[in-house]
Amino acid sequence: MPYRYLEDIATSDAAFEAEGRTLEELFRDAAVATSEVMVDTKSVEPRITREIELRDETVDGLFFDWLSELVYLKDAESLLFSIFDVNIRENGGYELRAKVSGENINQEKHGLRADVKAVTYHMFEVKKTGENWTARVILDI
Amino acid sequence: MEIKKISDYIWEIPATEKEGMRVPARIYATEKLLHEMDSGVFEQITNVACLPGIQKYAYCMPDGHQGYGFPIGGVAAFSKEDGVISPGGIGFDINCGMRLIRTDLTVSEVLPRIRELVDLLFKTVPAGVGSKGLMKLSVEELKQVMIRGVDWCIESGFGWERDRERIEENGRISGADPSKVSEKAISRGISQLGTLGSGNHYLEVQIATPENIFDKSMAKALGIFENQAVIMVHCGSRGFGHQVGSDYLRIFDTAMKKYGIVVRDRELACAPFNSPEGQDYFKAMKCAANMAFANRQVIVHRLREVFSEVFRREPEDMGMDIVYDVAHNIAKIETHEVDGVEKELVVHRKGSTRCFGPGRAELPEIYRKTGQPVIIGGSMETGSYLLVGTEKAMSETFGSTMHGSGRTMSRAAAKKKVTGSEIKKKMEEEGIIVKSTSMTGLAEEAGFAYKNISEVVDTMEMAGVSRKVVRLKPIGNIKG
Repeated sequence: MPYRYLEDIATSDAAFEAEGRTLEELFRDAAVATSEVMVDTKSVEPRITREIELRDETVDGLFFDWLSELVYLKDAESLLFSIFDVNIRENGGYELRAKVSGENINQEKHGLRADVKAVTYHMFEVKKTGENWTARVILDI
Repeated sequence: MEIKKISDYIWEIPATEKEGMRVPARIYATEKLLHEMDSGVFEQITNVACLPGIQKYAYCMPDGHQGYGFPIGGVAAFSKEDGVISPGGIGFDINCGMRLIRTDLTVSEVLPRIRELVDLLFKTVPAGVGSKGLMKLSVEELKQVMIRGVDWCIESGFGWERDRERIEENGRISGADPSKVSEKAISRGISQLGTLGSGNHYLEVQIATPENIFDKSMAKALGIFENQAVIMVHCGSRGFGHQVGSDYLRIFDTAMKKYGIVVRDRELACAPFNSPEGQDYFKAMKCAANMAFANRQVIVHRLREVFSEVFRREPEDMGMDIVYDVAHNIAKIETHEVDGVEKELVVHRKGSTRCFGPGRAELPEIYRKTGQPVIIGGSMETGSYLLVGTEKAMSETFGSTMHGSGRTMSRAAAKKKVTGSEIKKKMEEEGIIVKSTSMTGLAEEAGFAYKNISEVVDTMEMAGVSRKVVRLKPIGNIKG
């Protein structure tokens, strides 16, 4: 289960849970889940690549900033992404280096869905459960 | 959870319900609406009742449903001296709001041209995920928008002098400080002036049919007549405001430790109103609020141009005046009576509309006698309302009422029940032409996903807080 949307906890927004064997998998799958709220990612070709570098003391802070960065690029650079290559290093805190690929928003071409306004802290959770990392996120629509 | 009946329309959760509650919570609803509310509402409004400095009650309006942090439909007023400000009590879409524009046109003039109007409006008012406006501002111009809101628009040719007084706060809240706004917020919002966004945002052509006018003399005073065509706009501060909200949520999340504030939901992150963080956020929030007023102003300018092109008449000649513009996601300093004493309060409204009664100094001369016009946006299928505020609102709810009909079904569930093309076809059969950038977005906004708006509006009418003037029926709708 890379991710699944939750129907009952966010009436006017979008909620999902994601799970990965590694932090990289978790971050990648949550990025796909966030992007899929906005667009059918199958319609987004990897024509433009952006490098994202983030650092935070906590893993949940890094995760919040990572998803927020994708929401930011959607407005600031009119970019939606479909491919996420994520590397995370523990180094006192957490460091993320990612290459994300996608293209400029095109209403004719892309199967557009709902505009994500923000990542919220409501019921926000990132944790390691047994072998896997899991996260729960509510996105403001 | 213990819920006490105060009247047929008011329900109270006592402060003893949850540890840390400083005041009781009050929910405005009929018994039916109360039973239909999701349990998240009760949890969230009692969490709000725990916040430092809260006055009288934590309120939830009848359109209430679970949100993030505050419930949607939440109202909370905090002491200016020792209370807090919370971005989660305002929402990321700062100054999301409603604007109603009247015309002298009748349904018989507009109906034959409705497809042409909808097509041209759709081309002229950009909507949808990440949509860009037709102009790109310089950073300096965006800063002027932040500081001067609608004044900047009018000086730049996007509006009329008399538009100003028909907008809450005259479309410009003083004290906005662009230095409190991040570069990210600027680059996120710089291309988005005059755009609608998506989700439940819309631009709608509506009609005032005779059977839907509840108070003829009040309708006349607000510029509404039988079989009139009007236009309603629902949108906010776009990516700019969303980024301001996100930036300060992170700042407050850290600052709370410094101030020793513990909240029951991380999204309720707050800071003392008089702290540096609290003041910085308030100044940045005002920038976003002014950007939202300006956004709706540019949209109105564009739609006046569209009507002018379609009907080959000047907008002035068609009487295309603003009726009013209200904010429903905002915090403001207002004076209200608490325990017999007039106090300055930081009133948070998240999915709630200010509805000041007659005589309040904040109202423009033209509405000083009627009370404040209140615009309630319904779902795209079921219609919207124009109301006025009452004196009772001032004593009961800090001059606040609902903002819409309120969702009852999640977006994910709505999409499973219906497709966008089914909704589009059904709406056309009902006489509503709809155009959207997203078919799944249409399905998410289906009328059945919302409460019955008349039941919601009637609750506040019976409670005496706001009075119905007219119900407006949609005939054309643009969505993101």
